[in-house]
Amino acid sequence: MDIVDLSRLQFAVTALYHFIFVPLTLGLSILLGIMETVFVMTGRPIWREMVKFWGILFGINFAMGVATGITMEFQFGTNWAYYSHYVGDVFGAPLAIEGLMAFFMEATFVGLFFFAWDRLSRVQHLIATWTLAIGTNFSALWILIANGWMQYPVGARFNVDTMRMETTDFMDILFNPVAEAKFVHTISAGYVTGSVFVLAISAYYLLRGRHIEFAKRSMTVAASFGLASALSVVVLGDESGYTAGHNQKMKIAAIEAMWHTEPAPASFTVFGLPDLQTRTTRYEVSVPWVLGLIATRSVNTPVPGIIELVDEARTRIANGLVAYETLVAIKASPHDSGLRDKFDAHVADLGYALLLKNIRPDIEHATPAQIQEAANSTIPNVPVLFWSFRFMVAIGFWFIALFTVAFWLSAKRQLDRYRWFLGAALLSLPLPWIAIDLGWIVAEYGRQPWVIEGVLPTALGVSSTDAGNVLFSLLGFALFYTALLVADLYLLIKYIRLGPDDTVEANPRRRLAMVEPRP
Amino acid sequence: MSEYEILRLIWWALIGILLIGFAIMDGFDLGTAALLPFVARSDIERRITINTVAPVWEGNQVWFILGGGAIFAAWPALYAASFSGFYLAMFLVLATLILRPVGFKYRSKMEAPLWRTFWDYALFSGGIVPALVFGVAFGNLFEGVPYGFDSDLRMHSTITLLSLLNPFALLTGLVSLSMIVLHGAVWLNLKTDSAVKARASAVIPYAALTYAVLFALAGWWLAHLPALQIVGSIAHDGPSNPLNKTVAVVTGGWFANVAAHPALWLTVAVAYLGTLGAVLLRHRPGLAFIASALVPFGTITTAGTALFPFLLPSSNNPNHSLTVWDASSSRLTLAIMLGCVAIFLPIIIAYTSWAYRIMRGPVKASDITANSKSAY
Repeated sequence: MDIVDLSRLQFAVTALYHFIFVPLTLGLSILLGIMETVFVMTGRPIWREMVKFWGILFGINFAMGVATGITMEFQFGTNWAYYSHYVGDVFGAPLAIEGLMAFFMEATFVGLFFFAWDRLSRVQHLIATWTLAIGTNFSALWILIANGWMQYPVGARFNVDTMRMETTDFMDILFNPVAEAKFVHTISAGYVTGSVFVLAISAYYLLRGRHIEFAKRSMTVAASFGLASALSVVVLGDESGYTAGHNQKMKIAAIEAMWHTEPAPASFTVFGLPDLQTRTTRYEVSVPWVLGLIATRSVNTPVPGIIELVDEARTRIANGLVAYETLVAIKASPHDSGLRDKFDAHVADLGYALLLKNIRPDIEHATPAQIQEAANSTIPNVPVLFWSFRFMVAIGFWFIALFTVAFWLSAKRQLDRYRWFLGAALLSLPLPWIAIDLGWIVAEYGRQPWVIEGVLPTALGVSSTDAGNVLFSLLGFALFYTALLVADLYLLIKYIRLGPDDTVEANPRRRLAMVEPRP
Repeated sequence: MSEYEILRLIWWALIGILLIGFAIMDGFDLGTAALLPFVARSDIERRITINTVAPVWEGNQVWFILGGGAIFAAWPALYAASFSGFYLAMFLVLATLILRPVGFKYRSKMEAPLWRTFWDYALFSGGIVPALVFGVAFGNLFEGVPYGFDSDLRMHSTITLLSLLNPFALLTGLVSLSMIVLHGAVWLNLKTDSAVKARASAVIPYAALTYAVLFALAGWWLAHLPALQIVGSIAHDGPSNPLNKTVAVVTGGWFANVAAHPALWLTVAVAYLGTLGAVLLRHRPGLAFIASALVPFGTITTAGTALFPFLLPSSNNPNHSLTVWDASSSRLTLAIMLGCVAIFLPIIIAYTSWAYRIMRGPVKASDITANSKSAY
């Protein structure tokens, strides 16, 4: 493997690991806020016990989220130096704002959440908990604004003098429709993860006949919050599809394994076997109209197919080559304004020409066959996207069903009545993580060969460091994270088995007298 | 001065402030971890030591994360060149810093002594390794590292981990470590009572003396090192492209700024006053802490102003060295980010101060036994 593959693998490994912990943090933080709100409003100690017990599990998970997150902030610099140079002017800002606005808040208030029960009044502690939850969610917002720009690079322009992309309109970056769609979809997925976590572990207690009151109350909260989140994750996922349909036509076509443009409105393929060699999908089962509606919100706009998009890419590569040749000429005579005008006319396709760098370094001498090869490289891995997407969606619909039943049973106060339901809830525990990592694959693996869609090919973004270094750090992180994950799971299982009675501090009289005014 | 030039100067100062914030705030919990095996002997003493930073270390570490993010946003060329150039050193820092969140949280969740001892040493390494490596990195800035750019501004470099660990850089690494240990000892002197406090208090004079000697030694050595100087004029508001200037090598040139502006000696004076204050005021722990916070402030401003306007000198392509004038973000990005800092930094300082106020007072053995399950 070369440095590009190693760097990509390291990014995938560290990001996927990070993404095991973050969604649970997002969801649990809100659930803790809801539970503590009930405690403050009703004054019933069992709700405080719930906040504290789920808080222990939250803390074990949060530590891993922070640990794996440290790497993410620095990995762009260590492994993706040219990327950092090329887009840092735009991409660095949301990351820095995330630190300023969100992570600082989250990290400061998480300390108060755990350690200031005795030092804050009930309402003050409640505020600290909600501030923690809000900080966590803001954090996701800024990360997804950064990520949204990688999918849809608005509000920026290439500067010839600095050889990089520079911000031209910050508001465009901030209100990037892709970022908004991804933010709401991703945090909803986090809320579902937190809800399934609480639901499944509570189901485990009910199956064992332990902590009945604790488990039923926890389940009630998870059921209503989970149902709302599961509905929104699907609806807002549809919004993601619509915005992707605008700017990442290739991703939509690959998810659909749609080789040729279909007459509007396009049908949605429920099942099929995409074949890369023949560029066909066998045993296709389709539902008419659905894709056209999702991707274009209309009945008369066609959704373009992969082969037509490759032809479009070929045209853009040729146009981009003009920009590239002009750029080389500008380096030789920087003050020629005619050259700069010519460059500006073609710069929109510069990134497409850079795809040729994977094939030959002197891209201005590319042959038509090499241009065709570069155009073909814009096709992502169709079967992987096709199946990842379908499994993700299936799991999403399963959650709607599960939470609908849970909500119904909780409304009828029969949560502990049906063992099949409790069993199903418990067995659903790993599903959110599977769905979320599949979603990550659709979004990020589906963006390939681009690191910034249409602007910078992934292979060009790497650092000029030694491949041996990257191999070393990749193995180091993989081993390290796995060992920590084992410790994390071990502690989670240990504390779940112990249950709330043996892990949450009973409230000593001394503290009761101190912090709880008697009625 | 043009707006772009002013923005670049402000952002140079802001990165300094963030680094100082990191060294002061995260410095004492790194120092606490570095002292853990020495000031705490029994399990309860170790828990007391760790719990002095339990509610705050997480927020403190964000100074580091934010420092990284702010360098990315304001000085992308520096972010790209330094982090990829110092690849394995960064890996070492990240690996040991990763141990900290997990170590703090997981250590006391199990009774087994082997488990706890393991995490104690994980926290210990998470304290000394970053403290040492950050100092080593600063030393290498003065010596320059071998790197340069092609016309696409793609970096090429021949930096290796072993070349970074050279004698001068190891000396600056020890300057940093002794500064962090001093700060940690002063913190424990403030936040503990009984045995841990006595041992931490005893460390203060030794750490202070070590720092004072090593800092002077580094200064003496620095006077004999080749330094860089920009030759001719460079546009202070030109495009951020490091290929458009000429740089000369001048021995002892890192003292040129302080020679031109003798007031800069104040930064050195602040560092030494802080050191002295930390020792003399150690029986008034709150004041001693303020004094020892002056040490990172003085040290980092001394180093930063000596390097100015250089950010990352190159040893084999001096002309390609990154400077304040040719490594920043665009004017628009600097302005937007300055607005964000102006809004959020005061808010951060406000709620951080509030959190410290809530958690004020020393950690006692009785606090740990009363909250045995929830304390670290």
